[in-house]
Amino acid sequence: MISYALFGVLALVAIAPIAVALSASPNAISVVYGACLIVTLILFLLALETLFSHPAASTVTLPLGLPWLGAHFRIDPLSAFFLVTVNLGGAAASLFALGYGRHEEAPQRVLPFFPVYLAAMNLVVLADDAFTFLVSWEFMSLSSWALVIANHRVQENMRAGYVYLLMASFGTLTLLLAFGLLGGGDGAYAFDAIRAAHPEIGTAALVLILALIGAGSKAGLVPLHAWLPLAHPAAPSHVSALMSGVMTKVAVYGFIRITFDLLGSPQWWWSLVVLGVGGVTAVMGVLYALMQSDLKRVLAYSTIENIGLIFASLGLALAFKAYGMDAAAALALTAALLHVFNHALFKSLLFFGAGSVRAATGTRDMEQLGGLIHRMPQTAFVFLVGCTAISALPPLNGFVSEWLSFQAILLSPQLPSWGLKLMVPAVGALLALSAALAGACFVRAFGITFLGRPRSSAAETAQETDTNSLAAMYALAAACLIAGVLPGLFIDTLAPVVQQLTGGRLPVQTGAEWMSIVPIAESRSSYTGMLVFAFMFITGMITAFAIHRLASDKIRRGPAWGCGYPDASPLTQYSASSFAQPIRRVFGSLVFRAREIGEMPPPGSSAPAKLTVQVRDLIWDALYAPIATAVGFIAVRLNYLQFLTIRSYLTLVFAALVILLMVLATWP
Amino acid sequence: MQGLTFDIAHMLAGSLVLVSFMQLYQDRLSALLNMFALHAFVLAASVAWQAYAQDAPHLYITALIALVFKAIIIPLALRRIVIRLGIHREIENVFGVGLAMLLGIGLVALSMVVMLRVTSGADPLAREDLAFALSVVLLGLLMMVTRRNAVSQVVGFMSLENGLVLAATGAKGMPLVVEISIAFSVLIAFIVIGIFLFRIRERFDTVDVQAMDRFRGEKR
Repeated sequence: MISYALFGVLALVAIAPIAVALSASPNAISVVYGACLIVTLILFLLALETLFSHPAASTVTLPLGLPWLGAHFRIDPLSAFFLVTVNLGGAAASLFALGYGRHEEAPQRVLPFFPVYLAAMNLVVLADDAFTFLVSWEFMSLSSWALVIANHRVQENMRAGYVYLLMASFGTLTLLLAFGLLGGGDGAYAFDAIRAAHPEIGTAALVLILALIGAGSKAGLVPLHAWLPLAHPAAPSHVSALMSGVMTKVAVYGFIRITFDLLGSPQWWWSLVVLGVGGVTAVMGVLYALMQSDLKRVLAYSTIENIGLIFASLGLALAFKAYGMDAAAALALTAALLHVFNHALFKSLLFFGAGSVRAATGTRDMEQLGGLIHRMPQTAFVFLVGCTAISALPPLNGFVSEWLSFQAILLSPQLPSWGLKLMVPAVGALLALSAALAGACFVRAFGITFLGRPRSSAAETAQETDTNSLAAMYALAAACLIAGVLPGLFIDTLAPVVQQLTGGRLPVQTGAEWMSIVPIAESRSSYTGMLVFAFMFITGMITAFAIHRLASDKIRRGPAWGCGYPDASPLTQYSASSFAQPIRRVFGSLVFRAREIGEMPPPGSSAPAKLTVQVRDLIWDALYAPIATAVGFIAVRLNYLQFLTIRSYLTLVFAALVILLMVLATWP
Repeated sequence: MQGLTFDIAHMLAGSLVLVSFMQLYQDRLSALLNMFALHAFVLAASVAWQAYAQDAPHLYITALIALVFKAIIIPLALRRIVIRLGIHREIENVFGVGLAMLLGIGLVALSMVVMLRVTSGADPLAREDLAFALSVVLLGLLMMVTRRNAVSQVVGFMSLENGLVLAATGAKGMPLVVEISIAFSVLIAFIVIGIFLFRIRERFDTVDVQAMDRFRGEKR
């Protein structure tokens, strides 16, 4: 099984040189994305087959990499599940790009890196030793960096790429240290050897923190998220979808692999850290998202929110696992994994929608959009499905995973530790707050972009996007619905993964009546997506029938009430910023030091009144700006060394040599 | 006999360090060049004694190279350069003699401490040789740092290289080809530096490196 997967990865890598060779040809886009689509679909089916048949983990060792180590690869239920996620996202992105790729300014700068990026993400999931893992991880970072700066003439993209590269190197450094601690002094870097060795409590805690920083910086945990809202929107939209929908999940995989698999049995207080970071990330992510007016940046910040939710569930799973409550741990971990899968689906869908809007109108600024539901009805429909799913509304898939998370949170009173008893409900409150704010955020994103009247001529003349892009979006929307209506099937498929990591599993769901899911016991709670969907569908049909048949089936259009103004320009509509104003006033004044400065002209003056909004990013100001200033200051000081005389250089070398010799002489 | 062999090797290597010290306080260029010739001559003698002591005939070739190139050709050529540049009577001194000597003594002590600690367990002859060689290298560097005349810096560089050769011959079994290539690379370095000296002289009317610093618009 593993060797087939590796052949698939090899095929993806082999597409890259073909892309370079074909770069001048007009067919390059179809050939490259078509090939990527086929290979990722094959890999997807392969992984799905592994997940369903759950055979024993299959491994292979190739004579690559470190000479005494070789390159170990392994496929077990956990990696099979993440392979499914990665390749489903990859296949959808390839299909979307078959159409969207034609709108690219410089496709030859995207085509060679796209298959390599897919291959790298597959390799991270397949790697079975620290060296291969880190090399693949870095490979993934570098290829995505190349894709971020594909449109390099925009200054903003270059800055995004720079910040991304710095943060990616920092993250890999911490992972390197984590694996160094795990591998110990003997260099036992194969995951089998790490699993067999049980690190001491102090070392394990340090590894956990390092892994949280390393994987968290890739996934976008606050306060390491700074690069994410810059880099994800800067890339072409199908790559943004991969970065947000899939690569953050690969980071989650890294964290799960280290903490649940390699690190042995957890301590209860580890979960405090993970829970706290997850809860804060969820709320901060969605608050940031509400302050943005760039559609893709809204989506990127919403990714941060969802990562926060996933990490909070993972923290909960750690807590339950530490106390040996296997069933509860299985529930929390199932919730996290299901949300990983669901988020990959709807975030890819939403980024595709944003990409279609960008291709049709040439802008991502919501203040320039509006009324697109008339020009792009199909895109608007699938985007609405994505918004509903990500806002966790039944009967779609987002609801299922968030509901499971909250079911796990409701089990927290059974935890023996008081710290966790107090912490988990607090995190639950944060998650509930973020879920509500996410709803507001996506009402805003959909409403301002697709409803109302066009705010610019570009939005007025937009055209519906092409068939391939629509096919990709419809496929993902359908997957969102299926995962929402038949969650039991997905939970049962995840059972071997959860069993591998926590030792427990959820009750078998597929036999339940009405396809409902019962996470703990029938008496406690259950959810039937099928019934909810059937009820909504039937009542919706009856209502539509009643209105159109029993009343009148004419569409009537009347003038909108313009608040008493004689000529209501589209600019008098709610804007993205005015929609967010109540939330900005409630939360923003504290979190972002948001201030509104109203400027009224004196009576008699014909100057317009102005309302200026100032929003500050306190995390950037407090954490990143001082580091940047310090580095800049030191660099300016060291610059002096560039202009010394020859003798000064000789003296420096001489002094360095003498000092080193003195250290050697006095070394104990 | 073992004792005497060791003593003579020790004495020759020690003399090399002593000559390095003598180079440090020469403030006239022609005297410095004489000292350099002596330095190379002592090196040749030391290498020859090593050849005898280790019963390694190829080291005689090394000694011959040192004698011919370093003790005769390079000093003569440098002397010609100095005379053609008209700076053979120039006096230069950056540090006081006392301070330079004190620094040199400190360096020799340092290299003794380091080498005797690091090479414990090695052949005593090689240990002493390495300690002295490191002293010679450090003294050569000290000379390059303290002098401001380009010719004296060249001499410092060459005596530093002598220290390397001493270290190399002390370690048994160094292939001849390495030794010859070092000798030739030093010769080429010497040629290049010689050409540069004239170019510098043409442009600045002096080989005082301070003039170049002034030309770059910097104050020291």
